[in-house]
Amino acid sequence: MSEMAFPFAVLPRGANTNATPVAPLTDADRKPLMKKDVSADHPTWCPGCGDFSVLALYFKLIEKRRMFHEKITTVAGIGCSSRFPYFVQAHGAHFIHGRALPFASGVALSRPDLHVFVFGGDGDAFSIGGNHFTHTARKNVKLTYVVMDNNVYGLTKNQTSPTSPLGYKSKTDVWGAKDRPVNPIKQAICAGATFVARSSSTNPNHVLAMMEQAMDHDGFSFVQILSECVEFYPGAFDNANPRKGGAFAEVPKEHDVTDEYASYRLAEDLTPGKFGVIYKVNRPTKNANEAQIIADHQAKTAGLEPWQILKKNFDRMK
Amino acid sequence: MVSKISEAVIRIAGNSQDGIQAIGGFLARLAGRSEQEVMTFMTIPSTISGGPSIFQVRIGSGEVLSAGDEADMLLAFYDHSYTAHLGSLRKGGIVVYDSDHLKPEAIPAENLSKYRHVGVPISSLTIEAIGGTGRDKGKNVYALGLLARMFDLNVPKLHRLLQERFTGKDPKIAETALNAFNAGYNYTLATAPELFQFKPGENVGQAQVVMSGNEALAYGLIAAGVRFGAGYPITPWSDIMELLRRELPKYGGQFQQCEDEIASVSMAIGASWGGRVAVTGSSGPGISLKTEAIGWAVMAEMPLVVVDVQRGGPSTGMPTNIEQSDLNIAVYGGHGDSPRVVIAPSSVEDCFYSAIEAVNIARKYSTPVILLTDQGIATRIEAFKEPDLQKVVQDISPDYSAVTEHKPYDLSAPDGVTRHIAPGTRVASGKYPVVTGLEHDELGHPTGSPKLHVQMTAKRRNKLKKLATELPAPVVYGAPEGQVLLVSWGSAQGPVQEAVKAARAAGKAVSSLHIKYISPLPNDLEKIFEAFTHVFVVELNDEGVNGIGQFGGLLRVRYADKKIRGITKCDGLTWKVREILDRVAALTA
Ligand SMILES: Cc1ncc(C[n+]2csc(CCOP(=O)(O)OP(=O)(O)O)c2C)c(N)n1
Ligand code: SF4
Ligand SMILES: [Mg+2]
Repeated sequence: MSEMAFPFAVLPRGANTNATPVAPLTDADRKPLMKKDVSADHPTWCPGCGDFSVLALYFKLIEKRRMFHEKITTVAGIGCSSRFPYFVQAHGAHFIHGRALPFASGVALSRPDLHVFVFGGDGDAFSIGGNHFTHTARKNVKLTYVVMDNNVYGLTKNQTSPTSPLGYKSKTDVWGAKDRPVNPIKQAICAGATFVARSSSTNPNHVLAMMEQAMDHDGFSFVQILSECVEFYPGAFDNANPRKGGAFAEVPKEHDVTDEYASYRLAEDLTPGKFGVIYKVNRPTKNANEAQIIADHQAKTAGLEPWQILKKNFDRMK
Repeated sequence: MVSKISEAVIRIAGNSQDGIQAIGGFLARLAGRSEQEVMTFMTIPSTISGGPSIFQVRIGSGEVLSAGDEADMLLAFYDHSYTAHLGSLRKGGIVVYDSDHLKPEAIPAENLSKYRHVGVPISSLTIEAIGGTGRDKGKNVYALGLLARMFDLNVPKLHRLLQERFTGKDPKIAETALNAFNAGYNYTLATAPELFQFKPGENVGQAQVVMSGNEALAYGLIAAGVRFGAGYPITPWSDIMELLRRELPKYGGQFQQCEDEIASVSMAIGASWGGRVAVTGSSGPGISLKTEAIGWAVMAEMPLVVVDVQRGGPSTGMPTNIEQSDLNIAVYGGHGDSPRVVIAPSSVEDCFYSAIEAVNIARKYSTPVILLTDQGIATRIEAFKEPDLQKVVQDISPDYSAVTEHKPYDLSAPDGVTRHIAPGTRVASGKYPVVTGLEHDELGHPTGSPKLHVQMTAKRRNKLKKLATELPAPVVYGAPEGQVLLVSWGSAQGPVQEAVKAARAAGKAVSSLHIKYISPLPNDLEKIFEAFTHVFVVELNDEGVNGIGQFGGLLRVRYADKKIRGITKCDGLTWKVREILDRVAALTA
């Protein structure tokens, strides 16, 4: 048998084949991006939906931290909350239901120069995506996962979600939900997340602070943000909103965020529970571990072109 | 007596812990170094530990197209290996058996008249040769020595191969292996009816490499510039992921083992979006799990390579058997209209080059490409001409330099093909694209517009029709007209071409056409079909409720030609040339 016909020439290296060159910009030449620069489509959310506030605070974070368009990477699955990337004027990916985390991990692991933000809902995160939540946390992939938890399936119009409380009357539990809801905080800690925080969309400054700390964390950072679905579950989080007669109780100052068991105890009751950073530890990230493996291997192949590395293997197969 | 031969089919049968694959590997490697063509065939029990295992190697000085219908020699380690595999031996063939396990007096008289028997107390002689531990580990190497004597194999080369294989470990191990080999080689084959010698090979002077299809495919991906992959273990795909996991870091890349197949395809797609086409793969049920995400890659037009090493299905099916029954899921799998590229390599060498092609097509057409191999090619070892790596290895590292503006799903793109820019790329206009599984406008924003859905669907389809015009036209093997055209795809190529040779030698007007590009198909196949009375599609799957195999069904739909019929089977074994010829005879009777 002879060498195969080889009809396909290699494309030029870059993907930007139909683009004209652009002069580089130094960061000093650039102004911080304001809301008008980073907002894209007008959100399709119902007026009053808690998700608006999370989006507004993402814009604030971008402005405050002087992030520039090209580095902002927003990924989501499917759900009302997951429409997020369309509303942000930056690189975005709207993937399939429940799989935003592995998709984002592919970006984060292959592109260490980017910090990926993943947004999604409770069904996306803890039901269909439950397995990925566990394993992304366990592997400590460096990215930020913001779950806009409305305790219901919004997009599909009011079915029970994995965080719907007992007794919640949905279209699939007209008599009231009977399955025990998940506790996302305990689950995240147990799975191995290294940054676990809670907030509520009704407290903007707090949301911003949590997102900012999450972004600065070197590892898998998870933020649960209570975000009311005014359409199907109005009033779900009134008990966390002082303006509605509730209380926004922050994590006590004396709480040791590195104490796993103290963190579980703090997360025992999430109705509405405590807000702030519940758990935070440092553990090598998947990204760092992979980088180390690569560095170790490349030390042995230093100075060789890829074809020469491959040739060494082929020489052993003669 | 020494007979000059040009090829031999040797089947070695025992249990899987006997190191049978290792003897096969040595023979294959030796043949590769001796400028002989080699193709191997092996089965491993799905239970992995223990149980019967065979390895069949066909070594030839000429072109070897298949693993051979019948063995010239059977090496049987046990009673059960003898009983189960004697039928695979040609009449008059030689069976060498371990007389410690199979007593000569237990051999039926009718067998003695049909086959030539050589009893060697392999187990006890191995123990004697390598020290009295009472364990017969090493009898594979002893048997290799026996074979070396019978076939006058190149002993210095085999010594070197043994040394290479066992270096790094305890030096005693290499020494023990050599002792076992030499003992086997020096055993006086008083009872051997015949000794053999291969005629010189045809590939003299040409450097050959010897590897399995899975290895060739994985190295092809590396050569193509793939630096990220993700997968989940499943036989027979696992070898590819294990190799990539081990090798990619040398090139600055990585392979991730994920929690499941859905995560792995998702991760690979994410990495592709990150700027450099990535790979995922699986077999059997794992492919089913990936279909939703592949649909996303079709919709979002994301380059991606998906390897499907087919095995017997449906469900867990026959994990370690060959079948070509994933063609439908590869071509059509998933909901909605989701055209994608499907390429089926036909040999180990073809696995290497097809992997590179898959990457280049994925990039050029911004599409998922499914590489459809099978358990047969994946696990068999072949020798092939060493690729010119300096020429073939390509650089596809991404480019994040800024662009003025960018619309990935540009409907007026001159070549009609979508191009993505990776995150990290600045767009001077300030308008950034979104990649999405929702129907979308040119920037990737969702739309419910009937017109856009029609236009975008056409865009996704037409780029593949354009690819079809660029595909090389397949060439008829045998005469370009005649009575019967056998159509093959994937690993059926070898046995089908051998069947053509045999039929033509017998004066029959039989030709074959091997089709590598399953979807889209190359254009003008109907012109080739026109010149034949019958077109039989030979494939390893069931005829199904419509009475025609999967590829046959596709060709029937495309060409609406009743003369296209199927020759299918699903016994989990590769084609025998005889089987194909018999089926042709029955269909043309
Ligand atoms: C595989 C698959 N199954 C089901 C759906 C339908 N679906 C879309 S969104 C959704 C639930 C969304 O709930 P959640 O994640 O809580 O997001 P929300 O809309 O509440 O923000 C479902 C079931 C889908 N898109 N894909
Ligand atoms: S349905 Fe609920 S979650 Fe969805 S946009 Fe409306 S208010 Fe928000
Ligand atoms: Mg929800």
